[in-house]
Amino acid sequence: MGRKGPIGTIAALALAIVCLGADGSWLKDVPEADRGRVNPYTGQAEAIAAGKRVFGDHCAKCHGPDAMGKGKRPSLRSDRVQHATDGEIFWLLKNGNLRKGMPTWARLPEPMRWQIIAYVKSLGAAAGVDGTQPAGGERQ
Amino acid sequence: MRKEVAAVFLQRVCNKIGLLMLGLLASASLRAQEPPYFVTYSDVMEEPGNLEISYKGISAAPKNANSFNSATTEFEYGLKAWWTTEVYLTGQTTQNDSTLFTGFRWENRVRLLQRNHFINPVLYAEFENVNEADRSFLEVMNHDSISDLYLSNAQARKEKERSMELKLILSSNTHGWNISENFITEKAMNQSEPWEFGYALGVSRPLALTASSKACVFCRENFSAGLEMYGGLGTTDQFGWKQTSQYLAPIVQFNIPKGPSIGFEPSFGLNANSLGMLWRFKVSYEIEQFFGVFRKNAH
Repeated sequence: MGRKGPIGTIAALALAIVCLGADGSWLKDVPEADRGRVNPYTGQAEAIAAGKRVFGDHCAKCHGPDAMGKGKRPSLRSDRVQHATDGEIFWLLKNGNLRKGMPTWARLPEPMRWQIIAYVKSLGAAAGVDGTQPAGGERQ
Repeated sequence: MRKEVAAVFLQRVCNKIGLLMLGLLASASLRAQEPPYFVTYSDVMEEPGNLEISYKGISAAPKNANSFNSATTEFEYGLKAWWTTEVYLTGQTTQNDSTLFTGFRWENRVRLLQRNHFINPVLYAEFENVNEADRSFLEVMNHDSISDLYLSNAQARKEKERSMELKLILSSNTHGWNISENFITEKAMNQSEPWEFGYALGVSRPLALTASSKACVFCRENFSAGLEMYGGLGTTDQFGWKQTSQYLAPIVQFNIPKGPSIGFEPSFGLNANSLGMLWRFKVSYEIEQFFGVFRKNAH
């Protein structure tokens, strides 16, 4: 009963390859100038609280209310996201990753996007980046 | 006995529908920060898996014609982050005349570039099956004129048009502003008419660029305002502004947190071919991960 046939093995391998391909590939596309951008709201309590609200309105439906990921949508508490620079995440919010289902959020004003980043980064600081065990895995 | 079985069955069906409606309401969310336009399209696509249901109403009292109210219901679904599909159902009621269903439209919007640029192009393709009694004013084309409204509904509904409409949508987001330009062309497939042209331009901005740290309903960030201009550009036989209708319209939209969005737009006719005033109203309601709601309710 528990044994997979060759088709099952091939399907599992194919899925693994697809998942590996999806792992943070967008990071390679971020231009150097964008990578180094600094969040003007880093560590500001008001901005973090505001970012949490915007996150709840726009991001939580896919990434979960606590940013732990939902289904195939990645956790934002993962090392990959928490170790990404503010500029890299800002670039992702601006451009999206349309092929992987992440829409562009250029429609949100820039300050609002920085507020979201301040909130997302605060999650890593609160949990301790290295000790974070994302429930949704690292599938960004 | 049969009646009892039927009653139980009906009750179960009603319960299921009730549960489904509760699920839909519970999953409704703030509409994503979209530009408030009524006619102009921007590069904003529906998020994958989300369904947005909108009602757009129009009210007008044209000179020398009966006043009317038109209703359009839209179902917009995000198939992919770069592909949105939408169905429109339209109807109208004319004073001293009748109320009728005027037809449907099915459109698809595809974002052409994967990355965000200063100008983001989106291709729009639509199939229309509407009769001439349609008053939805979803776009203004060709030599559309106030005189088109002089026909009675009985006369106008006899003429049905099946057409393909294409739009090139160009849209930019900068410093909180959205600036969008639409170039529209339409060809009737069941009539030997020339290609028709139209345009729509829009500019809008939320009233605040930052979110407030505390939950609030009437914060400035929940409101956006803008301006639209739209009108016809003639046909391949007679291209240009001559004998077209043109409108200028200020817009305001209120995004109720965790609720629907409500928009209002008075459109001012700019020339003698246009209606003097069109009052537009809309309410939109977004259901997150629409098919997920069914799955949840099935368990």
